[in-house]
Amino acid sequence: MIRSEILKEIAPILNPHLVVCNIGLPSQELHMIDDNERNFYMLGTMGLSSSIGFGLALAQDKPVISIDGDGSVLTNLGTLPTIANNATGNYTLLIIDNGSYGSTGDQPTYAGMKTNLTDVARACGCENVIEVQDKDLGPVLQSAIDSDEMTIIVCKCDSGNIKLPVITLDPVVIRHRFMEAVKS
Amino acid sequence: MNIDKKIVDDLVANDVSFVTTVPCKQLAGVIEEVEARKDIFHIPSNKEDEGMGLCAGAFMGGKRPAIIMQNTAIGVTINTLATLTQFYRMPLPMIISYRGELREPVACQVEMAVHTKALLAQLNIPTYHFHWQDDVKEFDNILKYTFMCNKPVAILTDANFWGGYGDQ
Repeated sequence: MIRSEILKEIAPILNPHLVVCNIGLPSQELHMIDDNERNFYMLGTMGLSSSIGFGLALAQDKPVISIDGDGSVLTNLGTLPTIANNATGNYTLLIIDNGSYGSTGDQPTYAGMKTNLTDVARACGCENVIEVQDKDLGPVLQSAIDSDEMTIIVCKCDSGNIKLPVITLDPVVIRHRFMEAVKS
Repeated sequence: MNIDKKIVDDLVANDVSFVTTVPCKQLAGVIEEVEARKDIFHIPSNKEDEGMGLCAGAFMGGKRPAIIMQNTAIGVTINTLATLTQFYRMPLPMIISYRGELREPVACQVEMAVHTKALLAQLNIPTYHFHWQDDVKEFDNILKYTFMCNKPVAILTDANFWGGYGDQ
């Protein structure tokens, strides 16, 4: 499965929850599949989906899912120790690991070579790290959201993209409606 | 006047309850004070752009955030400031140790100091420079201004403000 197929499959699981979605194609795909005010689309700032979602989870009690990619996590690896050492049960980090920088033309990442993000997350001190194959993600994600324990999911999948337009929503609109959803 | 205490008192009085820090020798006292306060959740960051991400999330979660960092970090956070904090119009007080200014003992620090204000000006980030201890009296107003306008605002605090480096 490629990332857009995975997002299509887990969209009903994500729908009731606050989701911070990674820059580029992941946000565009989520926007196309199930746009709603509980999604925060990153239009820039590669690497910070995990940190933004984690800050949000620390600041309030609702479940938060950060959707990140292997390339983005590699950009901001330093946040994994921060997440590990300040764990909060309402946070799930979903790393869609297709071993490539999808939004820029599928150049390979080191996560598709020798670097194992599951091991990296564990070495950083994350206690509940689950590696899962794409087709098995749904139930694993659901139980991570339902559990009181912070979970890092590394979902292995194929690399590949679909063609779709950029998000034209104004960033302040995305942020405002998201904050209203957080408050509701 | 204890400026560490005054800064953190003002943060608390302005409902700032989520503070991330990246250490600097000059900031050790204020970081210790942040850590000690029950009204503030203190989360150390490994890098300042990560910290700005945490602050963005905390703000959207209903908390008023702040970041405490060194001016060298302006060099690594420009993209985050432009495409996250400014683009989504979020407030962020940045209490910045202004290394490389008067009474600085380390020459290399001057290399970023000479770019600091120019970079902040290029980003149209409102910038205040605390040089004398009395300048801290403006801090409360700066915080109110930051959360009024939903912008990142820089407070540069130099070695003279912190009382120099002693024998170093």
